[in-house]
Amino acid sequence: MPGVVESSGSELESLKRGDEATFVSLIQRYHGPMLRLAMAYIRDHHIAEDVVQEAWLTAIRSLDRFEGRSSLKTWIFGIVINLARARRRKESRLLTFTALLRREDPDRREPTVDPSRFTAAGDWRAVPHQWENIPEETLLGREAMQRVQAAIEKLPPKHREVIVLRDVAELDAGPVSELLGISAENQRVRLHRARAAVRKALEDYLG
Amino acid sequence: MKCREVVELMTDYLEGALTAPDRERFEQHIVGCDGCRAYLQQLRLTLRAMRSVEGVPIPDRVQTELVRAFRNWRSASR
Repeated sequence: MPGVVESSGSELESLKRGDEATFVSLIQRYHGPMLRLAMAYIRDHHIAEDVVQEAWLTAIRSLDRFEGRSSLKTWIFGIVINLARARRRKESRLLTFTALLRREDPDRREPTVDPSRFTAAGDWRAVPHQWENIPEETLLGREAMQRVQAAIEKLPPKHREVIVLRDVAELDAGPVSELLGISAENQRVRLHRARAAVRKALEDYLG
Repeated sequence: MKCREVVELMTDYLEGALTAPDRERFEQHIVGCDGCRAYLQQLRLTLRAMRSVEGVPIPDRVQTELVRAFRNWRSASR
């Protein structure tokens, strides 16, 4: 069943043998996360779709040379990142100087929770609500999902790429640091800020 | 540890990146603090929601093209 099978060594072997069912299962399973990853760099949905397709074509061409030193999934997501970044560079020549100046430091450490929610002593003024009793249909319902996606899209790109790789595509911390060329610590700082922003968006909806 | 500090350590905690003594202090705080326990649970449910963001199905046209490319590669490499 698509969606539950993790990519494994044997999956790579079947792929290299030319097994079409394995290939189809992979492109179906990874399409969503790959598209979201491409959209972390590129706003335009159609261009992002192109990048995902190009990534697969690149993967097919390089398959014979891929030795499986990283997982198949990490390798393919890495190809998406490279292509999407190249595509963005091409387009960002159009960015204005002010847009460049507005870029913030992704590793800035600032409170991720509104300071007014704490007393001067640093305790909660009002305790956050329990979400445990919220029905699944609400927590994972259409409206909640839209809020989650909108919150991810609003993040600065360097936070967005981390949260998409870690929490949407579900890659491990090690491969993500390697793919993005950042330290484990920087990854955690970005992930923390990104997760806090998505949590806040859900809180605005769920209370 | 104050609640204001504890909330900023939650990702480090979930990632297993706290030192043993920090982890212990963190957990001690959480046990006694309804607010931070609720916040941590909210973060966990946020992660669950993100993992459930539904996949976008691959367009038929794209799948057909990719499968054709895969077949070409296979027949070329035989």
